[in-house]
Amino acid sequence: MNTLSLWFHKFGSPPTFYRLSRLLCPWLFAAACLIGAVGLYAGLVLAPADYQQSDAYRIIFIHVPCAWMSLFAYIFMAANAFIAVVWRIKISEILAMTSAPVGAMFTAVTLLTGAIWGKPMWGTWWTWDARLTSELVLLFLYLGVIGLYSAIEDRRQAARAASFLGLIGIVNVPIVHFSVNWWNTLHQGSTVRLLGPSRIDASMLWPLLLMALATHIWFFASVLARSRTSVLEQESGKEWVREIVQAQGVRHG
Amino acid sequence: MRYGTLGSACAALIRRDLLLTWRRRGDALNPALFALMVVALFPLALGPEPNQLMQIAAGIVFVAILLASLLALDALFRSDYEDGTLEQIVLSPHPLPVLLACRIGAHWLTTAVPLILVAPLLAEMLHLPSTVMPVLMLALAIATPLLSLLGAVCVALTVGMRRSGMLLALLVLPLYVPVLIFAAGACNAAQAGLPFLAPLLLLGAGLALALVLVPLACAAALRISIS
Amino acid sequence: MDDFLAMGGYATYVWSSYAIFVVGLLIDYLAPRWRNRRIISELHGRFARQKKKTETAT
Repeated sequence: MNTLSLWFHKFGSPPTFYRLSRLLCPWLFAAACLIGAVGLYAGLVLAPADYQQSDAYRIIFIHVPCAWMSLFAYIFMAANAFIAVVWRIKISEILAMTSAPVGAMFTAVTLLTGAIWGKPMWGTWWTWDARLTSELVLLFLYLGVIGLYSAIEDRRQAARAASFLGLIGIVNVPIVHFSVNWWNTLHQGSTVRLLGPSRIDASMLWPLLLMALATHIWFFASVLARSRTSVLEQESGKEWVREIVQAQGVRHG
Repeated sequence: MRYGTLGSACAALIRRDLLLTWRRRGDALNPALFALMVVALFPLALGPEPNQLMQIAAGIVFVAILLASLLALDALFRSDYEDGTLEQIVLSPHPLPVLLACRIGAHWLTTAVPLILVAPLLAEMLHLPSTVMPVLMLALAIATPLLSLLGAVCVALTVGMRRSGMLLALLVLPLYVPVLIFAAGACNAAQAGLPFLAPLLLLGAGLALALVLVPLACAAALRISIS
Repeated sequence: MDDFLAMGGYATYVWSSYAIFVVGLLIDYLAPRWRNRRIISELHGRFARQKKKTETAT
């Protein structure tokens, strides 16, 4: 416990965080691109066509990892938001706020690719199914967090308020899912079965898992890259920032 | 220095809010007027066919009332924030959640009760069957306090902002989705001759939870945004 | 190759969703980079001004 809290304080101190993330970022992005490229090659070329959906099912290799990421990013954000609200640790505030735009991006991609997949498969862009509706509500929650964060002048206060909103949201998403499910059964249910392949063949599974791994790494890389900038902005009065900026300024010419 | 008891503080708060509303009683009717206008637009857009209107009547009434209460939410803490009363409430020795619960209760009395009273008129304009009317009123009686409570947390988060209208709507709507589904769902079920008690009970459970948790959350949110 | 691009007749759907994915990631990659550059140049200017101020004061 002692080493853990020590590590936490060390990693949580802004200069260390800045240096570490600057060191890690390029490697993470490179790893994500590499694994993603292998996953896409496997998904687009190696994996066989589905017997029902033909080649249209290949959208799964981006749709499902993005859907997982939209939830994972929210949980990551909420965990950091909890730390930010309760213990007011600066790095957690920044991490929570920077994971919101990345999560929103993944949610938007999920909704768009889902609509594109739905058109040839169910003949409609959109149905008011529990999964789709809660994903849409999730997007609204992300936008609310981003909007609240950018609307308040004081950065730390903004981060705490938006974190609080994120925590409310994590209670809300399951309730929305449940209520839409109930509402749908009242309306005789939709005839289309969403997300058919529950039992997926191994030749299709491993590209999917590779893509999921790639998007997870991408998420952390992107969050670190964004957090780095935010740290620099919020700590702009400190000496270490001055040193870094001047070193970078010389390099930029 | 001696402070009054918690009960007297709450009573003073509620009396003050009711008095303020009474002094500007024209403004208090604005949400109801707004709901009336929204409902009046639907027949104009959809055509005057009674059967068609009847089918979607409950949904329209709920959407109109939801929008009207959203419009009224902005005023919940605004004037208190501007004249410094809100800071006094936060600084008072009494537990903040209880005081906020009174504040929200007074807000519900002054904005939501007129809406509930105007609801039968709205329903009649859309030819809602009279058998559904009791269910509609019951659902409204449970749903509007929930709307006020859930909205209050979001208002508390945006209280310091100058122009929060659109942002407030964005924050509030995801929270209103389940309430709308259950409240309108109960009416639709009653209209279709199905059992309608389950969604009302769920709404009631939600209200019981919100009554306990929301004042606490609201106090925490207010402390964040007024610090 | 043509077969691969045709995606069994679903080319528009498959490739447009992959395009959305790539564009989303691209924006996600570039946006913080641009912001970083802007903030660094802003801070650079501010520090230079502060330096000038202290030099003229002494």
